[in-house]
Amino acid sequence: MTTETAGVDREVTAAFDTVKRRSANAAGRRRIVTCLVIVACYVLVALFGPMLRKYDPVQTFTQDRLMPPGSTTSQGLALLGTDQVGQDILSQMMLGARVSITVGAGTLLLAGLIGVTVGLVAGYRGGWVDAALMRLADIQLSFPSILLAILIAAVVGPSVVNVIVVLAITNWVTFARVTRGQVLTVKNREYVDAARTLGAGHLHLALRTIFPSCVAPILVVATVELGHVILAEASLSFLGLGVPTDVPSWGSTIANGRDYLGDAWWISTLPGIALAALVLTCGLLGDAMRDRYDPKLRSL
Amino acid sequence: MGAYLTRRLVFSVFILWGAVSIIFVVLRLIPSDPARLILGSDATEAEVEVLREQMGLNESLPSQYLSYLGDLTRLDFGDSYRQQRDAFELVLEKLPATLELAIVALVIALVVGILLGVLAALRVNRIADRIVSVASLLAQSLPSFWIGIVFILVFARGLHVLPSGGTGTPAHMVLPAITLAMPMLAILIRMTRSGLLEVIHEGYIQTARAKGLSERVVIFPHAIRNALIPIVTIVGLQFGGLLAGSVIVEMVFSWPGIGRLLIESIGQRDYNVVQASILVISAGFVFANLLVDVLYGYLDPRVRLVTR
Repeated sequence: MTTETAGVDREVTAAFDTVKRRSANAAGRRRIVTCLVIVACYVLVALFGPMLRKYDPVQTFTQDRLMPPGSTTSQGLALLGTDQVGQDILSQMMLGARVSITVGAGTLLLAGLIGVTVGLVAGYRGGWVDAALMRLADIQLSFPSILLAILIAAVVGPSVVNVIVVLAITNWVTFARVTRGQVLTVKNREYVDAARTLGAGHLHLALRTIFPSCVAPILVVATVELGHVILAEASLSFLGLGVPTDVPSWGSTIANGRDYLGDAWWISTLPGIALAALVLTCGLLGDAMRDRYDPKLRSL
Repeated sequence: MGAYLTRRLVFSVFILWGAVSIIFVVLRLIPSDPARLILGSDATEAEVEVLREQMGLNESLPSQYLSYLGDLTRLDFGDSYRQQRDAFELVLEKLPATLELAIVALVIALVVGILLGVLAALRVNRIADRIVSVASLLAQSLPSFWIGIVFILVFARGLHVLPSGGTGTPAHMVLPAITLAMPMLAILIRMTRSGLLEVIHEGYIQTARAKGLSERVVIFPHAIRNALIPIVTIVGLQFGGLLAGSVIVEMVFSWPGIGRLLIESIGQRDYNVVQASILVISAGFVFANLLVDVLYGYLDPRVRLVTR
């Protein structure tokens, strides 16, 4: 009798666990989809927003200076107000989205390329190559990344491409570490041995046999890093070290509004909200992807 | 403990050498000419050539590197081009302001972070926990320069209760320190919460409860002590983050520290000061990590045995 109930109990618990796991999966998927939709909206605005309204960075409209959100200006309705030279804030924000997303995507591609290559080589070759590359990564991690970015950006001067290069140099380490870790866990598995026995060369082993199992953790890292990169670009632009002054970035618009806080709160606050919402979404997306695809990366 | 300390010390020196070398590489190997950068585009070729000679830029790179390392061991960073003063002295003058800000921020983050983390862990999955979690998520993802500006808008322009920038009274410290503390605060809340939740199911906590100790005593000396060990590491790593983050916060609140000096020197192309301030911040970062390693070895004797 007792064993019977225990059996039933076990079955019930098992069934309950399955339901719980399914609903957790569904909830995880919902989180991922919601976040992706928000990011997609930003991408759409960045792509098409600036086409709706012409923006000329050198033009000034003195009669439209510091108009509050919702006012009508000589240029039409300024839904989010105007800045100190009469430029529409909404247009600036849409161009800012373009800068943030370009820099974010470009940096992830470049940092990912460098980091994944280094991680694959270090993990696959092992020995002194591995030791040298990982010590380099240690040194760089012991150096606050924003400081390195400030230093390089100050020397190379402001431009969108430079920002991408600078941020890629400061962010490749995470990709390298995660890739290397994954390569180390995979490289002694039987299927890799099998491929080697069948005569696969080093390149084939590294790229076609081992690399595919690294894709999931790399994608998770990329999502987590996206928010950090976008924030770093805004910080550099806020300090005047990011994109050139004629390209409106969220960071530089926020910096411009700092001198007009008393008269025009909207210049600094509104782009900040757009930035914060995107960074927050990227963070949540990263968490959701990690829980779903690679829970052991929790410490990142 | 002695061997452990030596190992950590050697590692710190190695890291510092690495940081110094990275700075050298960035400042010398980048395609643009440092002498040209300093003088600006309207200087003549002859003027640039004279400065190149003065700066030793015409020597070979290895010999430049060696003389650079030699200068650094004597703490000789050269003179500031703009202020005709020793660059290192200039940075040291600003150091107390930055340290003051970073330490106050650290204390705020520790006290508030640990208290909120404990609160969240004790009320796990209840309303207080949810509120604290959302707050820590916001604190982590909001850009600090924007938080600073919103603080200025609300507390300085709106309510007129606190000054918007500058130094002088303790009130000047409040907004910059809270702004600087935000990211670290978020991490500490999460670490304390998860650390306490892990510890709370261990046998020795059950024993403490079974002995009939009050819940407060169970949590405060017993559970918290083990939950705090990982926090020590985080604090070390994050203290460097505080020093780096102060660059931005100092710009927002016109705080006269190293960060503001750094950004202003970049604007004036005063590279000796730039180099000195970055090195001082990095040294602070390395030193904080060394301190943490030592403390960690003391708190958790197991780590001394692990060869890294």
